[in-house]
Amino acid sequence: MVGGGGMGGGLLENANPLIYERSGERPVTAGEEDEQVPDSIDAREIFDLIRSINDPEHPLTLEELNVVDQVRVQVSDPESTVAVAFTPTIPHCSMATLIGLSIKVKLLRSLPQRFKMDVHITPGTHASEHAVNKQLADKERVAAALENTHLLEVVNQCLSARS
Amino acid sequence: MFFHVFFLLFLLFLLDVKSGSYTVLQVVEALGSSIENPEPRTRARGIQLLSQVLLQCQSLLLEKEVVHLILFYENRLKDHHLVIPSVLQGLRALSLCVALPPGLAVSVLKAIFQEVHVQSLPQVDRHTVYSIITNFMQTREEELKGLGADFTFGFIQVMDGEKDPRNLLVAFRIVHDLISRDYSLGPFVEELFEVTSCYFPIDFTPPPNDPHGIQREDLILSLRAVLASTPRFAEFLLPLLIEKVDSEILSAKLDSLQTLNACCAVYGQKELKDFLPSLWASIRREVFQTASERVEADGLAALHSLTACLSRSVLRADAEDLLDSFLSNILQDCRHHLCEPDMKLVWPSAKLLQAAAGASARACDHITSNVLPLLLEQFRKHSQSNQRRTILEMILGFLKLHQKWSYEDKDERPLNGFKDQLCSLVFMALTDPNTQLQLVGIRTLAVLGAQPGTLTRKRKERVLVLPCDFLCCSSALCPSRVAALEASGALAALYPVAFNSEIMSPGLLSGELDLAKGDEPTKCSRHLRCLQALSAVSTHPSIVRETLPLLLHMIAGTSEVIAICQSLQQVAEKCQRDPESCWYFHQTAIPCLLALAVQASMPGDFLRVLLEDEVLAAMVSVIGTATTHLSPDLAAQSVARIVPLFLDGDISFLPENSFPCRFQPFQVRVCVSSCITWSGFVCCPSCPSSSTAAAKCFAGLLNKLPAGTEMRLGGGIQPYDLNRNLRVYHPRNNCHPPLAYLRFILLFWYTSFLQLMGLLSDPELGPAAADGFSLLMSDCTDVLTRAGHAEVRIMFRQRFFTDNVPALVKGFHAASQDVKPNYLKGLSHVLNRLPKPVLLPELPTLLSLLLEALSCSDCVVQLSTLSCLQPLLLEAPQVMSLHVDTLVTKFLNLSSSPSMAVRIAALQCMHALTRLPTPVLLPYKPQVIRALAKPLDDKKRLVRKEAVSARGEWFLLGSPGS
Repeated sequence: MVGGGGMGGGLLENANPLIYERSGERPVTAGEEDEQVPDSIDAREIFDLIRSINDPEHPLTLEELNVVDQVRVQVSDPESTVAVAFTPTIPHCSMATLIGLSIKVKLLRSLPQRFKMDVHITPGTHASEHAVNKQLADKERVAAALENTHLLEVVNQCLSARS
Repeated sequence: MFFHVFFLLFLLFLLDVKSGSYTVLQVVEALGSSIENPEPRTRARGIQLLSQVLLQCQSLLLEKEVVHLILFYENRLKDHHLVIPSVLQGLRALSLCVALPPGLAVSVLKAIFQEVHVQSLPQVDRHTVYSIITNFMQTREEELKGLGADFTFGFIQVMDGEKDPRNLLVAFRIVHDLISRDYSLGPFVEELFEVTSCYFPIDFTPPPNDPHGIQREDLILSLRAVLASTPRFAEFLLPLLIEKVDSEILSAKLDSLQTLNACCAVYGQKELKDFLPSLWASIRREVFQTASERVEADGLAALHSLTACLSRSVLRADAEDLLDSFLSNILQDCRHHLCEPDMKLVWPSAKLLQAAAGASARACDHITSNVLPLLLEQFRKHSQSNQRRTILEMILGFLKLHQKWSYEDKDERPLNGFKDQLCSLVFMALTDPNTQLQLVGIRTLAVLGAQPGTLTRKRKERVLVLPCDFLCCSSALCPSRVAALEASGALAALYPVAFNSEIMSPGLLSGELDLAKGDEPTKCSRHLRCLQALSAVSTHPSIVRETLPLLLHMIAGTSEVIAICQSLQQVAEKCQRDPESCWYFHQTAIPCLLALAVQASMPGDFLRVLLEDEVLAAMVSVIGTATTHLSPDLAAQSVARIVPLFLDGDISFLPENSFPCRFQPFQVRVCVSSCITWSGFVCCPSCPSSSTAAAKCFAGLLNKLPAGTEMRLGGGIQPYDLNRNLRVYHPRNNCHPPLAYLRFILLFWYTSFLQLMGLLSDPELGPAAADGFSLLMSDCTDVLTRAGHAEVRIMFRQRFFTDNVPALVKGFHAASQDVKPNYLKGLSHVLNRLPKPVLLPELPTLLSLLLEALSCSDCVVQLSTLSCLQPLLLEAPQVMSLHVDTLVTKFLNLSSSPSMAVRIAALQCMHALTRLPTPVLLPYKPQVIRALAKPLDDKKRLVRKEAVSARGEWFLLGSPGS
C-alpha cells in the first residue's frame, strides 16, 4: 500500500526540509500529581504520543518537520474519539501513507481500545489526499499492511525511541 | 597428594623464615631437588612455592639474598613455558622488595622484555608482568629513565595486542605515567600512540555477573587520560577524532568530542593549526544536524574548549593569531542564519556562537561586537512578538557571557556603544503585551543592570519602577512575576541607595501593602504578593533594615502569620551571605518571634492562632535559618539569652515584655527533654511535626558542640542518656506517644544503626524504626549537613550497607511473620539510596528478599522495592531473567495498585523488563500486551504515559525493525 520510490537509499524527495523547534516535555502540574483528580486525555497528550515518531526518510521527528502539530489534533475523551490531521512536507510526498500508518499504529498501541481514531491528511496539502485517507481509514488494509514483514519493519523503526 | 605436601611445606617455610630460624637461601637449598628437577611441572611447583614464600617475606630479605634470587629468577625466564608463570610471580615479589640494589630493576625488565613473549601468556600472568613494571615505576623511576627510550619500546611490545579489560586498565595507567612523568619516548611516539589508540573508541560491554566490576566508562576514561595527556600525540590523534566524529555511531561521536575537549587542556595553537577547519566543519555539522542532545552538548563543549585553547596560547611575535581567523570562520558560517527570516537554524547558530564566546574575554568581544548589531537590527525588523522574543533571548545569552568577562578591563568593551539601544529594546519588551517577551525582557534587564555604568541615573528610576509593577500586579503564578522578583533582588543588591529612595522611602511597597489589607480574596492575594516582593528585594543590608521592621510589624496583627514567616525566612536566607545583616536579622527577628510565642502560650491570650503547629513550624524554620550561619561566638551569645528564657522563664530580653503572668515552661513536663527544644520548645511539643522540628534544632545544636564535650547546654540540664530515655518514653510505659516518636528521631541521629535494627522486631516501634532507615540514608538538607557541623563521611551509605545488610537479612529470616515487613521496609530504604554499582554484586543474595517484598502490602515497601528492581533489570538482565515469571506477574498486579506512585513504578519496571533477553520474554508478549491495555485508560496521565512507553516497547519485542 505504500507508493514506490524514496526508500532504500535513493535520493531524498525533499532533501532540505524546514526544521521546527521541538517542544519540551509537558510540565507536570499539581493536579497531575494528585491521586484523586482524574486527568482527561487531551490534545497535548495525543500530540505527545505522535510528535516523537521518526520520519521515514530524515533523521528527524514528525514534530521537527511540522508534519504533526498540536492544533491539528482533535480529541474528546468522553466520546472516545481522536482525529489527527498530518501535513506531508511536500504535496507529492510518497511517504504520506507510511507516515499515516505509523501514526495510526502508534495510536492503536497507545490509546485505550474504546477510542475510535481517524488519521487523515490535512485538507489541501497532498496531491493524492483522498486516496491516502481512504487507505488509512480501511481497517482491513491497515491490518494487512502490518502482516507485511517489510512494512512492519519500517513502521517499527519509525516508532522506536531515539537514543 | 603432591599438592598437599607442597602446601604443608609452604606453611613450614613461611613460619621458619618469618621467625628468622631459616634464611631464604636455606629454603632455596631445601627446595633444591624440586627446583632443579628435570620434569618441568615439578620444577614449576618448586619455583611457585619459593615465589609464594618470597611474596610473604619480601620485607625481610637482605640485599645479598635479593641479588642471588634475582640472578636465579632471571635465569629461569629462559626455562620451559610451564615454569614462566611461577618465575614471574617470584619477580613480582622481588619487585616489591625495598632491599633491591640499584641496577637490578633495569636488569629484570630487560630480561623480561627479551625472554618473555607476554601476549602469549594467560591473563593472570600478563597482569603479573604489568604489576612488576608498575612496582618498579613507583620505586625506581630514576633507574628506569636511565634505560631511555628502550624502556618505552619494551613496554610497547609487552602491551601490544592486549585484550583483557582488567589488564588494559593497568596498561593505560602505565602509559599515562610514562608520559606524565616524562620518561623518554624517543622515536617511539607514534608506536606508543598506535598501541593505545587502536582501542579508540572503546567498544566494551561488561559480561553479566562480571565479578570484576569494570565498566565501559572506566576504560573510556583511562584511555582518554592517555590520549589527551600529551600534545605530541596531536598530529595522530586529531585526524582520528575527526574521522570518528564523522562516523555514524553515536557513542563514537560522543567519545571523540569528549576526548577532543580533554585534549584542548594541553594543546596549543601549534597542534591545532592544521586541523581547525576540519574540526570546525565537523562540530558545526553535528550541532546543526544532530538528533541527539548529548552530541549537541558535547559538540558545543568541544568548541568552547577549542576557542579557550586558542585564546590562551602564547604566541611568538611573528606568528598569526589563529583565534581571530577561527572566530571569523565561525561568524561567517553562523551569522547569516541569524538573519534568515524563517529562523530555521537560528538556535544552533546562536548556541555555537555562545559556546565560542564563553571561552575567553577576547573571543567574547570579537563575537558580541559582530553579533549584537546584527541582532539589534533583526529585533527592529521583526514585528511579531514571538520572533522578537527569540532574538531577545539570544541577546540575553550574549549579554550573560559578556557579564562573565566584564570584570576585566572595564573601559574598552564593545557593549558601550550599544547601551542605549539595548535599554530601549528592553523597555519595548517590558511594555509588550506578550508575557513571554516581557519575561525575557525582565531577565535581560537584570543582566543589563548588573553591567556597571549601563544605567544612568535617569534610566535607573525607570528601570527600578518598571519591575515593581510586575511585582505587585500580575497574577500570582505569572512567570514574569517570578522573574521580576529575581530581577529586582539582583538590582536591589547593586543599587541599594536608588532602591531605597525610589521604592522604599516613597512607600511604594508599604503603601501597596496597606492598600491591600483586608479579607477579600483579591486583596488577600495582592497582599501576599507584596510580602513576597518585600522579601525578594531584601538583598542588601541597608534594604533589610527597611524591610525587616515592616515585616515584623505586620506579624502581630494578622492572620497571615505563615506567609509572613515564609517571607522572613527568605530574608533570613538572603542575609546568610553577609555576617552583618545575619546578626542584625538574628537580633531583631528572633526576640520578636519568641516574644510573640511566649505571649501566645499565656493562658487566655488572644494570640492562640500562633500556637497552631503549622505556625510554630514556620517560626522554627525562620529561627533555624537565621541561626545556621551565625559565627560560634554570636551563636553562643544568642544561646546564653535564650536558654534562661526556657529554663528560668527569664524574659528580660524579649521586646514588650510586660506579660500578664509568669512564663513557666516546665510546669507541664519533666524537664529531661528541655534542652531539645531550646528554640522549638515554644510551647510543649504536642504533635509529631513540631517535635520533629524541635528535634532537628537540637540535633543541629549538638553537632556544633566540640567532640567529646559532655552534652550539657547549661546548668540544670541532665546529661543526655538516650537509652534510658527510650525506656522511659516507651509507649508501654504509658508515656506520651508523640514524645516516643520524637525520641526516635533523635535516636536515629545519634545511636548506632545496630540499636535501630534491634527495634525492628518490636511490634509497636518496628514500623517507625524501619522509616528511620530512610532518614539515615537520605541527604538531610537542613540539619545534618557540613554547614551544620555534622560529620558527613564519604561513602557512608556503602559502609552502612556492608556493615549492616547481612544482619538485616539474617534478622528477616529469623523474624516472626508479623514483623517481617519491618525488615523488608528497612531493607528497601537502604537499597533505594545505595549506588547501584555497590548493589549489583550482592544481588543474588538479596533478590529472593526483594521478590518477597513485592508481595508485601505496604505501599512504601512496594515502591522502594520497585525502584530498586528497575535499575537492576537494566543492569543485570541475565540474573533477573531467571525470575521472569514472578516479575511479570507481580509487576502487572502492582500496575493496578491504588497508589499512583506504585502504578507508575510498576509500569516502569514492565518497561525495563524488555531489556531481558528477547527469547525469555516472547512467551509472555501476548499476555503482557493485553494486560497493559488496561493502564492505558488509567485516570492519571502520568500513569498512562508510562503504560504507553512500556506497551510500545513490548510491541517491538521480537518484531522486525526494532
